[in-house]
Amino acid sequence: MEGAHLPSAFARSAAWLVAIYLVLPIGIVIPVSLTDQRFLSLPHEALSLRHYATVLGSPEWLGSIAQSFWIAVASTLLAVSAGTLCAIGCWRISRRSTDLIRALMLLPIIIPSVVYAVGLYRYFARLDLLDRFLGVAVAHGVTGIPYVVITVSTALAAFDPRLEQAARSMGASLLQTLRWVILPRIMPGIASGAIFAFIHSWDELVIVLFIASRNVFTLPRRIWDGINENLDPAMAAVAVLLVLFTLLLLLLDLALRRRRDAA
Amino acid sequence: MARPGQRQTGWWLLILPAFLLMTAFYVAPILQVLAISFTEPQPGLQNYERLFTSESVQRVIVTTLRICLITTALSLLLGYVLSYRIALAGERARRWWILAVLVPLWISVLVRAFAWVTLLRRQGLVNQALLETGVIAEPLQLVWNEFGIVVGMVHYMVPYAVLPMLASMREVDPRLLAAARGLGASRFTVFRRVFLPLSAPGLIAAGLLVFIFSLGFYITPAILGGGKTLMVAEWIALQILDLIRWGLGAMMAAVLVVAILAMLALFSRAVDLRRVFGSGG
Repeated sequence: MEGAHLPSAFARSAAWLVAIYLVLPIGIVIPVSLTDQRFLSLPHEALSLRHYATVLGSPEWLGSIAQSFWIAVASTLLAVSAGTLCAIGCWRISRRSTDLIRALMLLPIIIPSVVYAVGLYRYFARLDLLDRFLGVAVAHGVTGIPYVVITVSTALAAFDPRLEQAARSMGASLLQTLRWVILPRIMPGIASGAIFAFIHSWDELVIVLFIASRNVFTLPRRIWDGINENLDPAMAAVAVLLVLFTLLLLLLDLALRRRRDAA
Repeated sequence: MARPGQRQTGWWLLILPAFLLMTAFYVAPILQVLAISFTEPQPGLQNYERLFTSESVQRVIVTTLRICLITTALSLLLGYVLSYRIALAGERARRWWILAVLVPLWISVLVRAFAWVTLLRRQGLVNQALLETGVIAEPLQLVWNEFGIVVGMVHYMVPYAVLPMLASMREVDPRLLAAARGLGASRFTVFRRVFLPLSAPGLIAAGLLVFIFSLGFYITPAILGGGKTLMVAEWIALQILDLIRWGLGAMMAAVLVVAILAMLALFSRAVDLRRVFGSGG
């Protein structure tokens, strides 16, 4: 839309203000994490890495980071395998009934997680899954499925269905078609879905607050306790590390998309 | 005709794992919430009666609706300003603007709430700056109240407002704008008579999305509200985790779900829901 019609100076500066409102609060955490003081503040005399040292030297924080990481890996595997197959099935059959199934798969984004967490608290008590790695991984995996279904469905929309028909008519079995024709073409969509499912689990707090207590103490849970109990600059250091990690994952996604668009 | 039928069975099998997982570990717990709301502490409708008789229940609902409406209005306004700028930007600039929207979208909600606490609390950076420059004599109460909640929630929701609006704005044919200008319309008239009506579907979709997401919001209001201003989600958690009043908490959870699904059903005629949730197809 270049050139034809430009926004007025007012519209342009207003947009800048909104962008600053969006980005600045996240950026402000960086100088605060480098403070030389023992309380939340901007650095007074010098920059200091002591709060990073506190976090990275603490077995509690490291333990939570490891736990969150492995839960995210397990739940991503679950979400990606179930979500990808489901999206392919729905795409190939493509009837009213599969539209309903796709809508069902989107429920976890639509229904507030507090409602799910309340139900799960009771449900998992009966299955003896409370406060266990498996329980949290399943809960995060199931709620991660929508992200995979969305990204894979988008990738499939650009896939020529005649390729699949050709493969089948030349005698390829369903599994062969899946393995050699469909999956390689939609890999970037699957990768995007995996990244988003991973971030979803990595950041998830509400479900964890209900179904985990002592054995499973994920990173968001520890941050939550830190914010509610003692606001010290170590929290800012954790926040910066989290932001950097998320940025890294997003850059990875961007790189993958670029490669797909180039192909 | 038997062959295509057989072939379809294979594809249905692909859907099966996700379907079973979703039924057993998502739908079943949600249905259990519905069941609890009718059966505890005694079977009957007494939990739902509280909707009409209990003042505290009504207060929570009114507070939630008020905060959500304010949040939605502000997010739409800020989001519209941003989308308008992005839609009319050149190819290179657009990429940066979109990045400024997408990065906050994926940053942990906890990190963002923490950042706002750092900025807004009594000894926070905003108050410090205002005190040092002499604008105020006493620190302002910027957080642990409704103001703090709205600031944090709008911050969270603006990216969600931008995405559907941007999608619909980019469908607006730029030649229409150029033509209107060429025919002598002022910049403001072009915006009001051409651009705004054409981008309205995105505006409605964004409003629906933001409002629905705001209704069940837990973490941001809990941190920035400081336990004083309760919204529905935090109230539910309080009933169940602290007061062990399962029936009441489940009732409110059920009301929340029914309200959201009803709103989606109502708007599904007016809005293309695929636009709201971005599923391909």
